[in-house]
Amino acid sequence: MSVSIKQILSGLALLALAGGALAAGADLGQTTKQATNWTAITMFAIFVGGTMFITKWAASKTKSAADFYTAGGGITGFQNGLAIAGDYMSAASFLGISGLVFASGFDGLIFSIGWLVGWPVITFLMAERLRNLGKFTFADVASYRFAQTPLRSFAATGTLVVVAFYLIAQMVGAGQLIKVLFGLEYIYAVMMVGVIMMMYVLFGGMTATTWVQIIKAVMLLIGASFMAIMVLMQFNFSPEMLFAKAVEVHSKHDAIMGPGALINDPISAISVGMALMFGTAGLPHILMRFFTVPNAKEARKSVAWATTWIGYFYILTFIIGFGAVVMLIQDPAAYYVPKMVDGVQALGADGLPVWDGLKGGGNMAAVHLANAVGGNMFLGFISAVAFATILAVVAGLTLSGASAVSHDLYASVWRHGNVDSATELRVSKITTVILGIIAVLLGIIFEKQNVAFMVMLAFTVACSANFPVLFMSVLWKNCTTRGAVAGGTVGLIMSVALTIMSPAVWEVALGHPKGTAMFPYASAAIFSMTAAFFVIWLVSILDNSAQAQKERALFGDQLTRSETGVGASGASGH
Amino acid sequence: MSQATYERIRANPKFQAFVKKRNSFSIVMSILMIIAYYGYILLIAFDKPFLATKLGPGLVTSIGIPMGVGVILFTIILTWIYVRRANTEFDVEAEEIIKEATK
Repeated sequence: MSVSIKQILSGLALLALAGGALAAGADLGQTTKQATNWTAITMFAIFVGGTMFITKWAASKTKSAADFYTAGGGITGFQNGLAIAGDYMSAASFLGISGLVFASGFDGLIFSIGWLVGWPVITFLMAERLRNLGKFTFADVASYRFAQTPLRSFAATGTLVVVAFYLIAQMVGAGQLIKVLFGLEYIYAVMMVGVIMMMYVLFGGMTATTWVQIIKAVMLLIGASFMAIMVLMQFNFSPEMLFAKAVEVHSKHDAIMGPGALINDPISAISVGMALMFGTAGLPHILMRFFTVPNAKEARKSVAWATTWIGYFYILTFIIGFGAVVMLIQDPAAYYVPKMVDGVQALGADGLPVWDGLKGGGNMAAVHLANAVGGNMFLGFISAVAFATILAVVAGLTLSGASAVSHDLYASVWRHGNVDSATELRVSKITTVILGIIAVLLGIIFEKQNVAFMVMLAFTVACSANFPVLFMSVLWKNCTTRGAVAGGTVGLIMSVALTIMSPAVWEVALGHPKGTAMFPYASAAIFSMTAAFFVIWLVSILDNSAQAQKERALFGDQLTRSETGVGASGASGH
Repeated sequence: MSQATYERIRANPKFQAFVKKRNSFSIVMSILMIIAYYGYILLIAFDKPFLATKLGPGLVTSIGIPMGVGVILFTIILTWIYVRRANTEFDVEAEEIIKEATK
């Protein structure tokens, strides 16, 4: 790694002058596809080649279902922390947040903080309990003392819905990226991600997925650090000077230094905050990562490292967004699409040419900045990293979706646990292929969406359906199967229904006139999550069935195991 | 691990005290996080001009920026404080309780 970075650094000095040449090709306005960029494609090919080599090694270690789902529980806390960061720092957050900072400044910081604050909640309340109670999926934890069929069916549904929303964001990100980065068609990106991801997951399972995520996290952190340093260097490492320049050149001027339109009413603010804070603790592909470490100690270490890397990364995206303001706005010919009227570029009242948005759209701010600070070579590197990001996240999501189908639905619900490891593994692999195809189709259907908002939808469902069930089943003695399933289902249906009725989907995505959205707030979480907790509580206390009594009696054992780790799956210490 | 082990662990008063101590620590830490985050969010919702206040005369940087970065750093530090205590003090106590139940 150090060698390649050194080479890139020395190459950058030479290439700095050539920066911008790539993006300056003839552009028709509507289409954002750029000239084919062989540097970027080559770097990406090297990454794919390297990760395929790892996948081959991982395949030799992936023999049982446990290897496939959790890499046999042999990942260390530090490695898992990087892998979690790699799983979580999606292309949507890298491109979406830096794009939001580019567009509105301060609002991007608010957004990124929200994406971080869920981690302490996981650390304090969930991480070690998850590790102590679970084996492969979060449903293992939630159904520990409950009736398997209803609870696992619910948990698998919650998993698949979250995975679907998250996948859409990733696949759309892939398609957008490939047009502007590699100069290839949207559809190729979506199909390429589908195929490469399937190879990782099918052959290398969790071991390959983990290492792809670790490598991608390291590359993304190095790349983003380099960009932030290059930006700050121009301002003698004074954020004040950077902000001053940004305020001067940005069309919103001083407004980018304060809160803008992101948070307008307190209800939306709290609701979005809840979705992000508690949604993180309900993301199945993240929860699954806690089963890859040997014990609770390593599980805690993982989440502390993950929080550190993710927090650092969000500080970087803020600097990168401001760097993009300073460097891209001043060079519109290189990075913007000209506003065309009757075949010639329109002129403003001041006689200056008028520009439409960024080439490739608002989410491309960080990518253009890579070109501005590091030239074509570094653009190639960041392009490869951004693409690798998508591969790593999509692989994690698919693995999580596949485990919900094969471990929860097939092995536990349908076969009542009477299934051997080899058969379960085969079902996982078949599901992986099906999910890969679905991911490609979703990518095609949702081509024109804002990727950052799509991830928000996943968080809302995760905090309203998965999190309340997990939280109550582990921490509340009187919780019963009926309560958990009823409350979780209410949370799931409400979060999806209200989200569809919210402006972001009803007006922006579905194209209904502005003002017609029936649900006025930015996130459903405050209502759907509260409703889920309330229904779990109500149905549980009203449940006096024999099954409910049995479940309450089992709480003591569950508590003992969740607090001490005695009897935990694969625990090495005790 | 047998059912009997679980029962012996539960019967140990040290276990009850241990669970109570660690859970109240978790809850205090969670509340600190919730106050920091929702405090910041509510400040944005109710007092935008305050967050846009400049750090000093002639400066462009607004007060909301160091506060926002502060919330990020606070999140990281809080997480490490919990993990450090849990991985040393709490784990040692848990080991003792398990040992007493399995000997």
